[in-house]
Order: sequence, then structure tokens, then C-alpha cells
Amino acid sequence: MAQDDTNVIDQPEVMTPRMVTIEIAGKKVDVPEGITVVRGVGCLGGFCGACATYYRTKDDPKVRTCLACQMAVQDGMSFTMMPPFPARKATYEIQKLKDPKQDLFNLYPEAPLCRNCNACTEACPQKIDVREGVWKAVFGDFKSVSEMFMDCVMCGMCTPVCIADIAPNLVALYVSRAQGAHFSEKPVGLDTRIKEIQDGQYNKEWDKVLKMSDKELAEHCATVK
Amino acid sequence: MDIHALQQIVHKTRDARRQQTISKFSPAERDQLIHKYHPDFRASAYRPIRFGPNEGDKTVVELATLLEGDSSIQDDADLTAHYTCDVLVIGGGGAGCAAALHAHGAGAKTILATKLRLGDSNSVMAQGGMQISVAPEDSPVTHFIDTLKGGHMENDHALLKTMVEDGPSIAKWLLELGVLFDRQADGNLHVKKGGGSSKPRLLTCSDYTGLEIMRVLKDEVINQKIQLLEFVAAIELLSDEAGNCTGAIFKDLDNQRHVVVAAKCVIMATGGIGRLHIQGFPTSNHYGATGDGLCLSYRMGAKLAHIDTFQYHPSGAVYPEQLIGALVTEGIRSEGGHLVNAKGERFVNELDTRDVVSSSIIRECEEGRGIRTMSGRVGVWLDTPLLDAEHGPGTVEKHFPAMMLQFERFGIDISKDPVLIYPTLHYQNGGVKIDTNSETNVKNLFVAGEASGGLHGRNRLMGNSLLDLMVYGKRSGLTAAGRVGSMKQGQLTLKHLQRFRADAKKHGNVSGVISPMILPAYTRKVS
Repeated sequence: MAQDDTNVIDQPEVMTPRMVTIEIAGKKVDVPEGITVVRGVGCLGGFCGACATYYRTKDDPKVRTCLACQMAVQDGMSFTMMPPFPARKATYEIQKLKDPKQDLFNLYPEAPLCRNCNACTEACPQKIDVREGVWKAVFGDFKSVSEMFMDCVMCGMCTPVCIADIAPNLVALYVSRAQGAHFSEKPVGLDTRIKEIQDGQYNKEWDKVLKMSDKELAEHCATVK
Repeated sequence: MDIHALQQIVHKTRDARRQQTISKFSPAERDQLIHKYHPDFRASAYRPIRFGPNEGDKTVVELATLLEGDSSIQDDADLTAHYTCDVLVIGGGGAGCAAALHAHGAGAKTILATKLRLGDSNSVMAQGGMQISVAPEDSPVTHFIDTLKGGHMENDHALLKTMVEDGPSIAKWLLELGVLFDRQADGNLHVKKGGGSSKPRLLTCSDYTGLEIMRVLKDEVINQKIQLLEFVAAIELLSDEAGNCTGAIFKDLDNQRHVVVAAKCVIMATGGIGRLHIQGFPTSNHYGATGDGLCLSYRMGAKLAHIDTFQYHPSGAVYPEQLIGALVTEGIRSEGGHLVNAKGERFVNELDTRDVVSSSIIRECEEGRGIRTMSGRVGVWLDTPLLDAEHGPGTVEKHFPAMMLQFERFGIDISKDPVLIYPTLHYQNGGVKIDTNSETNVKNLFVAGEASGGLHGRNRLMGNSLLDLMVYGKRSGLTAAGRVGSMKQGQLTLKHLQRFRADAKKHGNVSGVISPMILPAYTRKVS
């Protein structure tokens, strides 16, 4: 490969990394600036919600939340990981629910007790308007909730901050599933296809294809574009 | 040079490229390209396996070493069962959850054991979608043909036919559980076109398809009160006198103690091998993807299929450093995103199969038309802003929110600037050979999902993995559950291990390697 410099991206941070000091659970460590807190261990890149972390930047009293795998470090930051929080998850047979919008209040009676403090929204590393979602759930707008929480990675950081002991991510999960199972249109085309397969409508075509020699099959495949 | 200066050529050539159509390669050209550039054809990376069911078959050195590796269990280990169940599912990803739910639903006493948390898996990260032929102009037969072409005609026909025919009923099952697939205005399922497919067939939940399916399945596993063992890693299987599978030994990762589980049937759903970093490739896979199920099944005598072929996803991030190896979803190319070299040229039909696209990217980079980073990596541009230019402003943000957010965290707006990508180790095309009930040649040992092999031939088609997980997770769960009622729990012995050790000794294998790996060791490696 040609080793000229024309197509090389400048990355001074890679060539001479600036070391910064951060504090992890009370211990000071030196790391190169810009790396993520959880790194290289091969996490799920922001999809699994396992590395829920509290952090604070230098001289700022505000404690914030992040997914450690998605947070680049700066000098003077301090971190601590959040242990699994003992939130109560309601259990339910989603298909057997008779009135899911009413059942919400039986399964999660604390949901309507939101006091609008907005701490959940501030805690969300996925930038979901969690508080708004809880209210929409309570008012029965399940569709909006299901759309708002599509980004939710179930890290649970909205839960310990709630002064009304709501677990907003679990409420939203229930609401989203109810929306899918009870309030979404039944796709007619899917049922048609299932019936076609059951009725053996493709059997002739299968017979034809499966009886072909390797050569015939390859030729047939080439015609499908 | 400054990255923005290097990106200028992508912006400058965009309008001209939009007028261009790039035809797909002919079969002869495809073969030539793949043989020259695809990592599967780097002979020096391969060696024959010395003993066991696949003696003499070639695979990558990293995997061969683990397959021949020794067990950490001593011959005289205490095999008193801590838990007893009908069906033991090993692995908590998509296949494991589907298997456990179906086995439990059919009345079997089921345990799901996983070395990480329930749901920590590659399944969660699947962004592109799930192939199911639901569109009127499509059919299961067309799905079969497309997959066969993608797999270079080497797919197991029976496994493949079963998967494409079961597909629609899987979609129905997931919808009933509350999975929110994208819809058309008329309420029917929205389908997108995937690379290598002749018809639009990808069911999606924006670019969170895997996450949405797994959120629902995990919740359902908990709702059904299926017994969970988390942070326990399978380190050996158990067999009876006849060589049938009867359970497994785990290591509790919290206290290093052994946990013995007696089971009438075992379903292995341990996923792929990305973390072996074959040929030094970065990987899109999660931390636990170390091929544990392959090693365990192999020691038990299960035959493997197609273990010489791996999928390198064309678009793994190369920049910024923090995202190296992370996937940039194929959905971007499905919606018309171009691949562009350092000269501002397209060089492949972006919707060709993954092996072809990856090979062509490697070719561009090896022939000096790539863009290099200072950490020694190289890549080509994926023109993401093109989507906004083509379909209107806001398209990238609306269709790829996960992708936007991932790059935004490092100050990169992918709707304004192209992304630098290079192939990343993504999927194990082969695995443990199974039949249409997901069972191996070892009785009562089932394998489902990425750990199984045969279905995908030599190259998996985009979107077929999520379906594979669900179809064979379901089949393994139902078959196992249907059998356990008339079975007695077999004896717990290590006869298979004694045989394996004798075989290893005969072939002079003293590598000292212990398998499975469980978790990869990352010593200080400057990347």
C-alpha cells in the first residue's frame, strides 16, 4: 500500500495521547483522554444497558448518569457504577389481558403517583423524555409511549431517582407490549401467507426446486434477480 | 489531513454518483474477487483439526486450537446435581429465550443458564431486521432461492426450507407477544430490501429490531417464571453410558464454584465466535462470543459443519477509535448509501452479498484507495448524508436513531458527514450440524442459533440470523419438551471426556489450552 500521507486522517489524540486523571469508585487512575469509561472489553456498544454509571465532572457538584461504554473521559471526572436496583417488575400474561389500559393501574399502581420532578428524564442516557412517557402511559396514550421508548436499553437509571417509586422503564415495557399485542392492527397479509403455506400452495414450486440437480438449481437461481 | 478535508471528495462527487448505476458482478467475477480478497481464502490462517468428529477438516487456527483444547474438569469431579430439570437451555440470547419459552410453554421444567445476564448477546445488537416473506409479491420459495444464492449453494436444503416456511408463523408469535414491527399505512408489515435479496423482505423495528425483540422475549421469560441461572458459564457437558447428553457443569463466575445441572435434554444456544478475533479482525460481537458451545459439543462427539467460513460484515466503524469494530447497519446501504473510496469513486454494487461487498472493500484498501487512520487502520467512506439528499432532510435521523446517537456521542453527525468503515468479524456461518428439529448427532443435545451450522451455507444473508434464532429456538424447545415426558433422567458421567482425552493423547495434543474460553482476555493491547 502506498505510504504517502495524503489519505491519512489527523488524529493527534492517537499519536500523543494526553493522559488525564479520573477517579473510579474512589480510586484515582491515569488514562488517555477521550477513551470511553468501559472500553475494549467488547461491550454491546450502547445496546445492553449493563454499564449504568454515575459521574461528576471536575468542580461541578451535579452528579449525572451515563452508559459508561458511551462516555468519553475528561480530566478530573469521577465515576461509580450503579449496581442492579431492586425494582419491582409486575408479571402478566400479555395476551390474556382484558383491558390493558386499566390493568396498568393494577400492575403498576404507583404509575399515576408521578410528582413531576423530572429526575427520570434527566437520568436517561438515551435522552428519552421519561416523565412525559409516564404521564402518557397513565392517560392511556400507549402508542406514543411505545414510540418514545423504542430507544430504551433497560439500564434502569430512571428508577432509583424516582421519588414516587415508579420504575418508568418497566412501565414503558408493559405499555409497549400491550400496544403491540392489543392495540396494533392485525396485518392481514401475514395471515394470508401463513394460510397459503398451511394449504400447501407452494408445494408444486417446492417439488420443482427440490428435485433439480445442482446445475439446474444454480441456473434457476441465476434467473432470480 | 483533517478528516473534514478528506471527506470533501465524498461531498463533491455525491451528485455525479447519484446518476450512476453499478451493476452486480457476474458469478465468475464474484468468485474471483472472493478468492483473492475474502479472509476465508487466506490459506495461512487455516489448519486441519487433528482429531475428533471433524478430524482433517480445515478451520481457522484460533478455533482449531480451542476445539482441540482440554476441559477444566477432572475425571473424578463430583457430579452430584445441584439442579434437575427436563430441559436445560444454555445461553440467554435470542435462540436461548425462544427455546426456553417454547419448552416451558409445552410443559417442560426448564432452566435457562447464561454466563452473562439474560439477554446479553449479539441478538440485542441486530439492527438490520428479520427476513420473512410476508409481501404478496414474495414467497417462501423465493426466500429459499435468495438464501441459497447468498450461501454459494452450499446451504442444507431441509434446514433452509424449514426456516423460510416457519418464518411467517414466527412473525405472528412475536406480534402476539407485543413486538412492534414497523407497519405500512394499511396495517400490513413494512418490508425493506436487504443485501442479496431479490424482494423486500426485512421486518424491522426502526434500527432497533434485535433490541425490541429481546426486550419482549426477556420480559416474557421473566413473566413465565422460567428458572434463570445468570453469571454461570458452561464448562463441560454430561453424558450417560450410551453417550447421550444428560446435563452440564457450569462455573459460577461469582465464586468460581461448579454447578451441576442434570437435564433430560440440553439446548445449546451459546452464539458465535467474534471474540476469538480471527485473523486479527475487530469484531461487532459482544464480550461473550467465544464459541463455547462449539467446544463443548465437539468434545461430546457432535459433528460441525462449514466451520471454515465466517462472515465479515462490510461496515464496521474504523473511526473514531472508540467505535472500532462497531457495526454501521447494513440498513444504510439498503436505503441507498454508497461506498466511496479515497478517489471519490464507487467500486461495488452496495447491495451485493456481504462477502462480495467486504471483499471489494478489502481490495480497495489493499490497492491503496483506502483512507488510513493514525492508529494504522484503513477504510472506505460510507456516504450517509446521501440518504438525506436522496429521501429528504431528516431521513438518517428518522430511520437510524441508534446509529445517529452512537456517533453523536463522539461529536460526529452522520447525516452531515460520511462514516469511515472496514469489514468487521460478524458471524460464524457454520457451527454444530443439526437436523430440522435442531438436534445434533448426539442424542438429546440440541443446538440452536449461531452456534448451529448448515443452514446459511458459506455466507449468511442479511436478516436471516434473527429468523434462524427464532425458528430453531422454537423447534429445539418443542422437540425437547415433547420428548422428556417419556424419558428418565440419564446418568451423569464424563465418559465422553475420557474418550476425548484418550483421542487427544493419541494425537499428541499437549497444547495446554483449556476450552471453552468463557471470556476473552484483553491484555494491554494498543489498538
